[in-house]
Amino acid sequence: MAIITPLKTAAEQQLVEQFANIKAELPGAGAMRKVREDAFAGFEAKGLPHRRLESWRYTDLRNLVREAMPLVRRPTRPQAIADRLALQTIAGRRFVTIDGVFSAEDSDLTGLPEGIRARSLAEALTESPDEIAAAFAPPEVARDDSALMLNAAFAQDGVVIEIADGAELDQPIVLLALGTGASEASIVSRSLVRIGAGAKVTVVELQESVGAAPVQVNHATSFVIGEGAEVEHVRMVSRQRAETVQVQSLLVELGAHAAFDSVAVAVNCGVLRQQSFLRYGGEHSRAALRGINLLRKQEHSDVTLVMDHAAAHGESRELFKTIAEGEGTGVFQGKVIVRPHSQKVDGSMKSHALLLNDGATMFNKPELEIFADDVVCGHGATVAQIDGEQLFYLMARGLPRPQAEALVLAAFVGEVSDMVGDEGVREIVSREIDCWLGQREGAPRPGAA
Amino acid sequence: MAAVQETIDQVKSIDVTEYKYGFVTELEVDKPAKGLTEDTVRYISARKNEPEWMLEWRLDAFRRWKTMTEPTWSRVNYPPINYQDIYYYAAPKKGADPKSLDEVDPAILETYKKLGIPLREQEILAGVAPENRVAVDAVFDSVSVVTTFKDELAKAGVIFCSISEAIREHPELVKKYLASVVPVTDNYFATLNSAVFTDGSFVYIPKGVRCPMELSTYFRINEQNTGQFERTLIIADEGSYVSYLEGCTAPKRDENQLHAAVVELIALDDAEIKYSTVQNWFPGDAEGKGGIYNFVTKRGDCRGKRSKISWTQVETGSAITWKYPSCILRGDGSRGEFYSIAVSNGAQQVDSGTKMLHLGKNTTSKIIAKGIAAGKSDSTYRGMVSAHRKATGARNFTNCDSLLIGDQCGAHTIPYIEAKTATAIFEHEATTSKIGEDQMFYCQQRGLSEEEAVALIVNGFVKEVLQQLPMEFAVEAQKLITISLEGSVG
Repeated sequence: MAIITPLKTAAEQQLVEQFANIKAELPGAGAMRKVREDAFAGFEAKGLPHRRLESWRYTDLRNLVREAMPLVRRPTRPQAIADRLALQTIAGRRFVTIDGVFSAEDSDLTGLPEGIRARSLAEALTESPDEIAAAFAPPEVARDDSALMLNAAFAQDGVVIEIADGAELDQPIVLLALGTGASEASIVSRSLVRIGAGAKVTVVELQESVGAAPVQVNHATSFVIGEGAEVEHVRMVSRQRAETVQVQSLLVELGAHAAFDSVAVAVNCGVLRQQSFLRYGGEHSRAALRGINLLRKQEHSDVTLVMDHAAAHGESRELFKTIAEGEGTGVFQGKVIVRPHSQKVDGSMKSHALLLNDGATMFNKPELEIFADDVVCGHGATVAQIDGEQLFYLMARGLPRPQAEALVLAAFVGEVSDMVGDEGVREIVSREIDCWLGQREGAPRPGAA
Repeated sequence: MAAVQETIDQVKSIDVTEYKYGFVTELEVDKPAKGLTEDTVRYISARKNEPEWMLEWRLDAFRRWKTMTEPTWSRVNYPPINYQDIYYYAAPKKGADPKSLDEVDPAILETYKKLGIPLREQEILAGVAPENRVAVDAVFDSVSVVTTFKDELAKAGVIFCSISEAIREHPELVKKYLASVVPVTDNYFATLNSAVFTDGSFVYIPKGVRCPMELSTYFRINEQNTGQFERTLIIADEGSYVSYLEGCTAPKRDENQLHAAVVELIALDDAEIKYSTVQNWFPGDAEGKGGIYNFVTKRGDCRGKRSKISWTQVETGSAITWKYPSCILRGDGSRGEFYSIAVSNGAQQVDSGTKMLHLGKNTTSKIIAKGIAAGKSDSTYRGMVSAHRKATGARNFTNCDSLLIGDQCGAHTIPYIEAKTATAIFEHEATTSKIGEDQMFYCQQRGLSEEEAVALIVNGFVKEVLQQLPMEFAVEAQKLITISLEGSVG
């Protein structure tokens, strides 16, 4: 039987040309150059991920990306960006990228507390090329992911944060990624966060866009978390153009006795794929991935995650809530892998979705892959509409239907948003959620009783 | 204590080390040359005295099969199958096409006696109350040797015969329904089956008839290097009911043998089909040598309004199991059910589950799947529940639990839950764990040995599914599960 070699799509062809033209200009020499070449060779062999690949079954990137837009090289800084920056007032250390390129003038580089070091990826690649290049190695479970390969090949900038052993930061680190949307373009960036043993830190990633042009985003953040460190992570993708196509990858390597708590929120997200690959490298570590997806019109949110228990005594908790109306499509693909000898793993994975009208769609695929016997793993998935009895209860007490619905929906996602530990961050997340609920047809005005 | 005592007795009464159906019956057989060509297909068709249209249908399937590739997505590993190294037809020479039981080769009758399958109608009459009678279609390698109670069933208007006979005697029904649920090109193994299927059962229950007894088919693979390709077609006309069971065994051999079956069920308005399987093909030895490759396509079509199809399966045998009994819930208000116990031990690999495709309005489905993996085996539940845009009011409940015994086995769950209508309510839950230490402690503290305690807990774990089986089968299945887990403790 002949092996079928798919023809390259126009977009894939364009990417080949773009890489050939641009590779000499991308930051990083020596080892990094090789990382890029290898990653692109891998991509060339595989092409854009498509629905025939099990892990991309519900998000057909080959179909969504008909044209590969050119990489933004020197982003402009329109007034809208300055306005947005002025409004973004989370108390914390802020590091800004504009269209994927680090903006030193907007970042808090001076007066940083002891134990924290921040620089741009381009700078880090010049200063310590080998070390940074090594950090681009994909985790085992994502070795075949061609979106990640593209990211390694094209990533032109990002933020590199290093937290010293034992450092405890009282304020969150905010990685603010703003898109100018000045023209149709692609944004490829990679941020690296290395957290020393025993450190305690909150890292917030906010991804927003201010312009009108649809863009293609391929961003990855990788965390290396030292022994006994505790990390809280929040990522919110919001204010995106409907036509924007984004792949957001989260790579986490968890040391022994470490903890990683993450909440990922997608609201007005365009077409978004969030993929997380988490590896338990040491024993007694725990991680929780939680998320909220609010979808309307033709928005699409794909949450794909792999929890790779490579060590014993790990704990994993996943909880995702999706509300879809209009023709919104939610996807949840979660996989918990328990490797042989990773005994005493405790895993629980849940995905709950509410579909508010016909036309909305939800795909759930919670997987367990278990090779050790002394484990407790479970998953649950539900799809339903708003519970009629809950509505009845509220309406019988005098609430008009839209308000009753808003209350039920707010409570539904509130279970997750309440888990954001930092107060300032929680407030911003809640505001976006309330704003989305307020935009529902017939929704009560904010502040109405 | 009654239940405990029963379990202990069972464990004692069972021949623990051997697959007890692993004997071979020495027979003179009629078979073509090894390998698969158009000539093989023609040979099979000719041996079955099939009409021309059937031969054409087979040849068409064979030509399509040649253009297809073997699927690799399932979570099982096996060396490539050489499709040219298999006999595609094997029939006992003596007493071919028997008119009555007396013409059947006594060696075959002896085989069934050893397997405990009643082929003589009077034997059952003598021993069991009339309502517990079971009509049997016995398939030996590639042919159906006998079908019991045919006359009595005919009085009720029920047609129960081998598929070869149905092709000759009831071509209108076969033409109308064959491949209407599993299309010829559905998948690699179904297409192969369409080209070379040899025998299997055909059931037609007329309108408004409640089938007066349980129907069953017993499949036996005997010959070496043969593949068994059975084809079963069950049609329940409006308002009818049938309960059908199948069982299967094969001799112990060092080589792997292929079993690729297709089963199609069709339920029209208000009809109900209950299909139970106790699958006990030779699983291979503890190192994974030998055993049956069980690659089966089973699908039911709830074509009529308020129709119901219920699958119950107990999977203990086969080196590799690859089957997904599914329900297409086409008729408004139709219901699909799937109850499964998959027990794997030694080096067995199981990739099984179901599909519930909700197409009609107010359709409901329920899935209860219990996987037990021991030894070095791998057990995967793979299932899909989907609601079409127009399937308003679709409702599903899924529960799949896995139990792991020993630290070298694997248990996996891969469910797909796809809702395209906002009025669907889908619930899914799955757990994987080992037998609780406190459960074991509780049992052992009351005097049970470790093995007895495991048997008791496992029986409790699978009880929900066992209850769905017809009485006689439930007892048998419970024993089977206990044997399958022998030697998995300690």
